[in-house]
Amino acid sequence: MTPMNSSRRTLLGALLAALLQPLAALAAAWNMEAFGARSAADALQGIGAAGAVPSADLAIDAPQIAENGAVVPIEISSSVPGTSAIAVVIEKNPFPLAARFEFKEGALPFVKLNVKMGESSDVRVVAFAGGKQYTATREIKVTIGGCGG
Amino acid sequence: MAGPMKMRATATGGTTEVRVLMTHPMTTAQMKDQPLHFIQNVVVKQNGKTVIEAEISQAVSRNPVFSFRLKGGAKGDKIEVAWLDNKGESNKIETAVA
Repeated sequence: MTPMNSSRRTLLGALLAALLQPLAALAAAWNMEAFGARSAADALQGIGAAGAVPSADLAIDAPQIAENGAVVPIEISSSVPGTSAIAVVIEKNPFPLAARFEFKEGALPFVKLNVKMGESSDVRVVAFAGGKQYTATREIKVTIGGCGG
Repeated sequence: MAGPMKMRATATGGTTEVRVLMTHPMTTAQMKDQPLHFIQNVVVKQNGKTVIEAEISQAVSRNPVFSFRLKGGAKGDKIEVAWLDNKGESNKIETAVA
């Protein structure tokens, strides 16, 4: 092998590494298995929360009746000590897992967001704290579904 | 297309309230004649340090709005929010705490 070939190979290798690294990083940062789950049970399994225990320390503030399923405001806060993440699972949506928020040092376990709901459903919130999972649900009735359009 | 973002960060009694709006279609697999196009990742930074990392789905409403709460925070602290969608498009906004 000539020196030129080997330097070209090094350059190609470096380029490939530069191209592949961000892609790998992105793939790892989005839990395709959990977000692709079609049932709430599979979604919970996918985020490692199949064994979540009911807790009164999760507050879910949302309308009882949402007239427009395309925009349902949900406010969540956890008073479970050491909460490091919160996930939102809309049980009857085609893909139940809606979001997962990781709270690092400096953030409070609180989030407010708007979600789409295809039909009336329990909205399950899971808090992750100290290697355990805690959960609470809130039923939200939807007049007009918001997943199609 | 990565549309404009808006953000407001306010310090009140030991916490910083961050409210951010992202312009994005957030189309779902259920929508007819529209490609699946939604934000997947959101990152919040406080003075350059990552404080919140979110993975979200197509179930988040069009033009997503999020509120977050950060510990402490003084006027002038830098808050940055960035998003990345399933097509590799991204956008970010930075603001100073008021």
